[in-house]
Amino acid sequence: MLSYALRRIAGFVPTLLVVITASFFVMRLAPGGPFDQEQALPPAVRANLERLYGLDEPLTLQYAHYLRALVHGDFGPSLRQRDFTVGDLIAQGLPLSATLGIAALLLALLVGIPAGIVAALRRDRLADYCLNVFAALALALPSFVTGPLLALVFGLYLRWLPVGGWQPGAPRYLALPALTLALPVAANVARLTRASLLEVLGAPYVRSARARGLGAARVLWGHALRPALTPVVSYLGPAVAFVVTGSLVIETVFGLPGSGRYLVQGAIDRDYPLVMGMIVVYGALTLSLNLVADLLHGWLDPGVRHE
Amino acid sequence: MPSIPASTDPTRAGAADGAPATEAVLRLSALTVAFDTPGGTVTAAREVTLAVARGECLGVVGESGAGKSQLFLAVLGLLPGNGRTQGSARFRGSELLTLEPTMLDHVRGAGIGMVFQDPMSSLTPHLQVGEQIAEVMVRHRGLSRRQARKRALELLRRVQVADPERRLRQYPHQLSGGMRQRVMIAIALSGEPQLLIADEPTTALDVTVQAQILALLAELKRERGLALVLITHDPGVVAGIADRVSVMRDGRIVETGAVGAIFRSPREPYTRKLLREARGPDLAGDAPHSSPPAPVAPGAAAALELAGVSVRYTIGRGWLGRRAKLAALSEVSLELARGEALGVVGESGCGKSTLVRAVLQLLPLHAGRVVWMGRALGGLPRSALRSLRRDLQIIFQDPFGSLDPRMTVGEIVAEPLEVHARDFTPAAHAAAVTAALSQVRLGAELSSRYPHELSGGQCQRVGIARAMILRPQLLACDEPLSALDVSTQEQILTLLGELRRASPMCLLFVSHNVALVQRLCERVLVLYLGRMMELAPAAALYSRPLHPYTRELLAAVPVPDPDIQPARLERVGRGEPPSPLTPPSGCVYRTRCPHAAAVCRERIPAWEKLPDGRYVACHRWRELG
Repeated sequence: MLSYALRRIAGFVPTLLVVITASFFVMRLAPGGPFDQEQALPPAVRANLERLYGLDEPLTLQYAHYLRALVHGDFGPSLRQRDFTVGDLIAQGLPLSATLGIAALLLALLVGIPAGIVAALRRDRLADYCLNVFAALALALPSFVTGPLLALVFGLYLRWLPVGGWQPGAPRYLALPALTLALPVAANVARLTRASLLEVLGAPYVRSARARGLGAARVLWGHALRPALTPVVSYLGPAVAFVVTGSLVIETVFGLPGSGRYLVQGAIDRDYPLVMGMIVVYGALTLSLNLVADLLHGWLDPGVRHE
Repeated sequence: MPSIPASTDPTRAGAADGAPATEAVLRLSALTVAFDTPGGTVTAAREVTLAVARGECLGVVGESGAGKSQLFLAVLGLLPGNGRTQGSARFRGSELLTLEPTMLDHVRGAGIGMVFQDPMSSLTPHLQVGEQIAEVMVRHRGLSRRQARKRALELLRRVQVADPERRLRQYPHQLSGGMRQRVMIAIALSGEPQLLIADEPTTALDVTVQAQILALLAELKRERGLALVLITHDPGVVAGIADRVSVMRDGRIVETGAVGAIFRSPREPYTRKLLREARGPDLAGDAPHSSPPAPVAPGAAAALELAGVSVRYTIGRGWLGRRAKLAALSEVSLELARGEALGVVGESGCGKSTLVRAVLQLLPLHAGRVVWMGRALGGLPRSALRSLRRDLQIIFQDPFGSLDPRMTVGEIVAEPLEVHARDFTPAAHAAAVTAALSQVRLGAELSSRYPHELSGGQCQRVGIARAMILRPQLLACDEPLSALDVSTQEQILTLLGELRRASPMCLLFVSHNVALVQRLCERVLVLYLGRMMELAPAAALYSRPLHPYTRELLAAVPVPDPDIQPARLERVGRGEPPSPLTPPSGCVYRTRCPHAAAVCRERIPAWEKLPDGRYVACHRWRELG
């Protein structure tokens, strides 16, 4: 297991490097620049600005400088929000965004897996049909529809939860955004769990566990569930990517001061260091959670780690 | 209670009418098993009545689809949701069909042990072997985890698993097929059952391992007074250990009797047919082929020549893990005359399939060369090799898996024409397909069917037709029989013989069963751990094997004769091939060889050519005589 984990971890840095390199050059290839505005700047001012931020150097040199700074933990200055470094902006927004994303993922797993198990065990019965309908709805409705709907019900009619905004230290402000973000993921998790558990319950080793008289509970928890979760774990990678991109919308809908807005605003402004900083952070986050998924895979299936 | 006198012991003394002499452990009365399907009710077993007593082995024999497995799954309440039962199944007096779930679980765990066919898929992949044995005892015998673990170790030892302490902590995929089946048996024994049901326990295994597992079952039966039900398609398997035999066909028991009576004087024509197929035609005096071509005369050009062929696999572990080289095939040299059939035998992992793939250039050689009709295949450009492939065709082990499920039979058989005979007119194309199908005894009406609509035997015929449509000069058969019933094996074997007579071609026939190979081939090559052990004319190899390994292989073949087979099982060899990653020094077979001496450890035996055209690689064959 240790060597499997080490091999997975060793793949982390090169992958992140590929992500950084690709986004760095693609960003620069895109038309426009940080100082293009409706009114053109005087050439001398523009040249001064570019010299200040090192944008007049050859691209490869800029890239090398960026990497060197990054290794020292320096994301560089924001080109548009002049008083802040990119590191400051990330430190402001990221904790909230990360909390939101992780809360949504956990919620999706905590709801999706049991729902999938129940549906598989009560196949073609009422509970199964209900789950199917809910899952289809959760997948079909975009979050900018479900978000306001949930806010309407839980915020305005029932008055259980705040409809939006953020107060530090008040997790109830996160409840509705996390729920909205979690819904489609939970639906996918439930469907995957149901389908794969049904398949595993028909596998020869489950039959032979039943033939040993181990009882329904032990057969389910001890023999069937772990192999059945393999596809769910594989889905965690894409799910993380979904949650990361989904949180951009959710933060806007619920007015949360997370870091998602910096990515969007940075991209529109061609604020190169800001976009790069967000990509590095979100990339590292996505890769870490994928790493967790890989390690879970090794735990679920001993064949994977011995291969 | 007085001990049972020997004369009333049911072992080998069961009454000819099929009733066991003593109190039955399991008694089925008019048991019917049916399935509700969208197309109506399908009956798998009809009014089956049978019984098995303490210390007795009942063999249940029949072809696949006869309902044998479903019958006993029904007894244990393991039918899928659409299964229905009627009648009675009493285990030590209690009715199983109506037993409440917790009581039924107790019977399953502590009363009846079950061993299934495929030991890989029947073990839970993510649980350690020790855990899977122990959990039964924790649940049904009230042992603590620690006691159960200790007892699991004893059980592994009892079923002759080598290095049991280490195996206990391993996962199923780390064990060989034979070891997995031993683990299955250990699990079945862990609840101290009175009855063991083994459903095709050896069908997925090599002949040598099959013999070992059967010998183990026979021992356990004697030692513990177990009642044993052995379900199989192969009468040879039953002959060694059954006391009584029930023959099943289309869901009905057609005949039950003492094993001797069934084999010596079967009453039913169906039983006679099964036995005839299991014995093969040579007992009836049929020669398998009329005129075997002579081996390559000195100086004459061989059709196929292998010189020092070695193949290595790299066991990759990514760029941080270890890499190991596995010598799958080492220095294989041989010649095949035009039209000659060569059998290649050995256990799983001996390099048989690798040899076939090396000949067909389906994998790169590490060393040596393959020469076909005077042309070295190794350095040929892609296009030249492609046109040569027309002459070199192959059929595979898995009859279903080797056919594209989305293509019709006609499309599958015609596919080679699209590569190698593009100039065919549509009419010639269609005629060739029909001819190829009729050559393998399939009607033209099958050409619009899909593989899933066919039986295993029919699928294998389609595979043969696909290979034969190009009229190849060499047909490589990679274990074409091991996925088939005994009776279907027989038919395919006969078909291959006919095809050879109709158009002379070379045959490379790979099998783990020496007896089958001998029926079709002029010469047989015995491989062990990728090395050649013996090469000899089939008849000579069979009547006078020189290499101790060849002897072991021959001794393991189940003989459908209850007078001989039990004694053969008692003499069966032990052990399995060592890992090919760490082959033994000197003679690779020495770790299993009963005659190994010091010299066998030190030197690799030479590939000795004998005056009569045989070859053998053994230091001691002369002394062993």
